[in-house]
Amino acid sequence: MAVDEGLKIELGKQGVLVTTIEELYNWGRRNSIWPMQFGLACCAIEMIATTMARYDLARFGAEVFRPSPRQADLMIISGTVTKKMAPQVVRLYNQMAEPKYVIAMGACAISGGPFKQGYNVLKGIDRYIPVDVHIPGCPPRPEALMQAFMTLQKKIDGQHLTGEDRPRFLNAEAQGEFPVPVQGEHDLEPASNPGVWTVPVVMQGTGNGDQGSGNSKS
Amino acid sequence: MMASNPYFSLAVLFLAALGFGLAPLALAWLWAKVFSPPKPNKVKNAIYECGLESRGDAWMQFNSAYYLYAIIFLIFDVEAIFLLPFAVAFTGLTAAACGAMLVFVLLLIEGLVWAWAKGVLTWQ
Repeated sequence: MAVDEGLKIELGKQGVLVTTIEELYNWGRRNSIWPMQFGLACCAIEMIATTMARYDLARFGAEVFRPSPRQADLMIISGTVTKKMAPQVVRLYNQMAEPKYVIAMGACAISGGPFKQGYNVLKGIDRYIPVDVHIPGCPPRPEALMQAFMTLQKKIDGQHLTGEDRPRFLNAEAQGEFPVPVQGEHDLEPASNPGVWTVPVVMQGTGNGDQGSGNSKS
Repeated sequence: MMASNPYFSLAVLFLAALGFGLAPLALAWLWAKVFSPPKPNKVKNAIYECGLESRGDAWMQFNSAYYLYAIIFLIFDVEAIFLLPFAVAFTGLTAAACGAMLVFVLLLIEGLVWAWAKGVLTWQ
């Protein structure tokens, strides 16, 4: 059972540390998130800058960027995901060991970004894999990536070990495999993963001042 | 009686070292059983090749030009290991044993002479 916060602080003043297994487990996990070496485009340069001396990301526990997905906890999708690269991204995500997290860095990874009209651009990587933190920006500054990292750490802090709302990696029934798309004749098949992403429905002409200007794009 | 054995403390330390290594593994196994179920699937266990599907076997026929390294290794490592106890104990051995050891050493010396003459031992 978790100890009352006030009591914890009082005990802390006397030099007694009280914790639960869940807190300890999450503390260990969130202070040692190892990202995977995965950069696609310009956002990757900002990610590299974040790991260098000026904006050191190793302070937050991302000590090494693992080249192998099996040793990594976090995948920072930094850069435009093309439809040619999408199957490989999803396969790499599947090859990571649980618990795994995804940060979609930059506008391209969130929704296709400035190249959304491109025929080969995947309109956001969250069509296929579940994303934990999105960072808007083109490219986001290294400080923004660090804030996303801290947001992810707060999210990990709030994950529970038991109970209905426990995360996917602790739940034996939860889906663990995300199907890898294949190149079809005109587009990736499937176009998105329905378990992860639903096509947004656009309402036409019901908003204020939106008469006749609604057009449906998917 | 057991505590007076000179190797008793060594046995205790050996068991402690074994426990030190096995305890975290046991704890991890217990944690996996209680909290964290294994979730293997075909894609997760596939061979890693930068996100691509790997084709074919990873076994290749190794290059026969590496035979030189094997010969030099035999001479400088295996023979040296056998020479060390021989050098200490050859005064107590019978003539037949010394003869057998000499045959072994001479075979490898012949290999060393051949490699030397071939120019393998000098940098290009």
